[in-house]
Amino acid sequence: MNAKNNFNFDRVKAMLPEIQKALEESRENLLASLVIISEIPAPTFQEAARIQYLKDRFTEYGLTNYTCDETGNGSVVIDGATGERNILILAHVDTVHKSSVDHTVTVLPDIVFGPGVGDNSLGVAMLATLPLILEKINYQFHSNLILMGAVRSLGRGNLEGQRFFLNNVNRKIDAGICVEGLKLGRLSYKSLGMRRGQFNVTVPQEAAWHPFGTFGAVRVMNQVINRLNQIPLPTDPRSTIILGSIDGGESYNTLATKATLRFEVRSESDRVPEEVEKELRLIAEEVASESGAEVKMDIFAQRLSGGIHFSHPLVHATRSVMDALDIEPIIRPSTSEISEFINHGIPAVTLGITECDNLGQPDETIYIEPIIRGAAQIIGVLIAIDQGAIDEY
Amino acid sequence: MNINEWIARNTHHHSEYWDLRKMIAAKQRQGLKISLCIPTLNEEKTIGKEIVIFKSELVDRYPLVDELAVIDSGSQDATLDVAASFGADTYLASEILPEAGEKRGKGENLWKAIYQLNGDIIVYVDADIKNIHPRFVYGLIGPLIYQPEVRYVKAFYDRPLAFSSGIRPSGGGRVTEILIRPLFSLFFPELTALIQPLSGEYAVRREVLESIPFPIGYGVETSHLIDVYQQWGLAAFAQTDLDQRVHRNQGARSLGKMGFGILQTFFKRLPHLGFTAAMPEMQTVLRQFQVSDNQYEQILHDIVEDERPPMITLEQYRTKFGKSLPPEYNDAQTEKKS
Repeated sequence: MNAKNNFNFDRVKAMLPEIQKALEESRENLLASLVIISEIPAPTFQEAARIQYLKDRFTEYGLTNYTCDETGNGSVVIDGATGERNILILAHVDTVHKSSVDHTVTVLPDIVFGPGVGDNSLGVAMLATLPLILEKINYQFHSNLILMGAVRSLGRGNLEGQRFFLNNVNRKIDAGICVEGLKLGRLSYKSLGMRRGQFNVTVPQEAAWHPFGTFGAVRVMNQVINRLNQIPLPTDPRSTIILGSIDGGESYNTLATKATLRFEVRSESDRVPEEVEKELRLIAEEVASESGAEVKMDIFAQRLSGGIHFSHPLVHATRSVMDALDIEPIIRPSTSEISEFINHGIPAVTLGITECDNLGQPDETIYIEPIIRGAAQIIGVLIAIDQGAIDEY
Repeated sequence: MNINEWIARNTHHHSEYWDLRKMIAAKQRQGLKISLCIPTLNEEKTIGKEIVIFKSELVDRYPLVDELAVIDSGSQDATLDVAASFGADTYLASEILPEAGEKRGKGENLWKAIYQLNGDIIVYVDADIKNIHPRFVYGLIGPLIYQPEVRYVKAFYDRPLAFSSGIRPSGGGRVTEILIRPLFSLFFPELTALIQPLSGEYAVRREVLESIPFPIGYGVETSHLIDVYQQWGLAAFAQTDLDQRVHRNQGARSLGKMGFGILQTFFKRLPHLGFTAAMPEMQTVLRQFQVSDNQYEQILHDIVEDERPPMITLEQYRTKFGKSLPPEYNDAQTEKKS
């Protein structure tokens, strides 16, 4: 293989100590942004307040070209010296936590905890602080850096914000970095085939029970789950059905009239999710017929598998940066923002910033000490791309 | 100035002070230094966040605050370590002015801050605020920067969670509405214009702080208002709405202790103000009750509202800041050495 470019990783490696120093100096700024962002509730479709915070931060740094698009994404461009490339750095701003949850964050010397601090308030804080950090390092980017807080990513949001941006952006995006708070070492450059959806079971009110035996919605849903467990899944390509959450019923002794099961089918191939979706529709019809209950299955998000290869220069450069920072790569395919980059043919990686405990819980906990290396890794990869690491062989 | 004029002129909302660059320029033109003091006692869970936010936003990014200090009453937890790890200056109250001895109470920390810190303005912010934000500081500093006649700025919190339109009540907490406002209405009607006289957040000019005594316990806020009012009148005050403040709520018994301490402070001042002849000696024991095995039992709380003298009466203070004793301090008021 002959590289068409003159990319020299040693130049990136030589900058890493300076980047880490700039991050040390900016630690309180990053943590302050983390706290402020974390305490702004932002369930999917209600991200406006967080986007406003990003706008305020970007504007304070003198970045006057901030724009908010039709879906609510907030983005700004840091113009490079030549503008020869456009690199999109994005972090999803939405969270899985409802507005009614207490979003108070606690800061201790080694940890920060509170709802969503890692996923993805830390990623958004990194985005908000990036202009300040870049000012502190002695490096002039040739590429334009597009910083974007992406809305409508999770659940039913189905990456709508990012998709809108990539479908409508008025310049060619040459590379992408998805910034995730969690977890340090995460390296995703491939997307899994995926179907995301839910089963809804509804039975009539208690007064009209007798024609339907004694089945409540929970027991009907149990039948659905039993049938799901019988679906054969191949080990190659690796495939799985994740049952993410289940709701139903109100008390101990009242038959439930409604139940909901949220699931995701994932596979390294596109064929498996497609076939499983057919099975799921069949299961809904059969259980409805057997129980007399209404059983509906709704698929509201899907992804195609794909991505760049392990030997792609972007992956190689990213691994080199991680190695130089003593970060052990955890390579895994993803169903998140990387998928939309892949769909648009843009080489991209997803990177995580720090370690965590209690992911997804109200006391989600992140560790402060690894943040410097995790953040340095992102800036290192940016510089590598800027230096020509993405130029294809 | 009547109450309505004062409210119109001196009641603000923090959003009036959003332009920190402008405020910093005005501060620099006036040659002012600003110290932020956070008094603490076992606040390790909340202090880290306050320091991170204030240092990042008001020291590093916008240098409005020149000195960020935590003054601690002797926490048993890691309060001071947490605060120091995020860049605050940390002090034990007992190690400041050791010649003056050691007393326990938040007022003691506030009083010793006047000696330890160097600002021309000192901002006091409690450490137990869950929804901490830079507005808790710049909202209080704003009136002092832009209104030279203002000497003492008090916080209030007035954002309703839900409200349609028309008239809605506005006021303070339970102790304010049941105790302070009735007392002020009886003796100092103009002070009722302060919507939340007991709020723990305020910013004050040094020349005021050094000239007033400091109760070390529950009565410090009440005494400040009375003493500043007596010397400089209502025009010296301003108040800023900081929206919501989320913090620990106290039970009725704790509020009873607070009320008891405040009343001691209040009644101590009445003879000096000429409102009444000599008062009988007051008890210092608050009596509350509980039921145990169907028997009513008294619980006795000894609450002594000790007071520190005006800082200007201390020779060490005058030496440190190059000040002389003002003539109004006669022999009877001069230096108390504890």
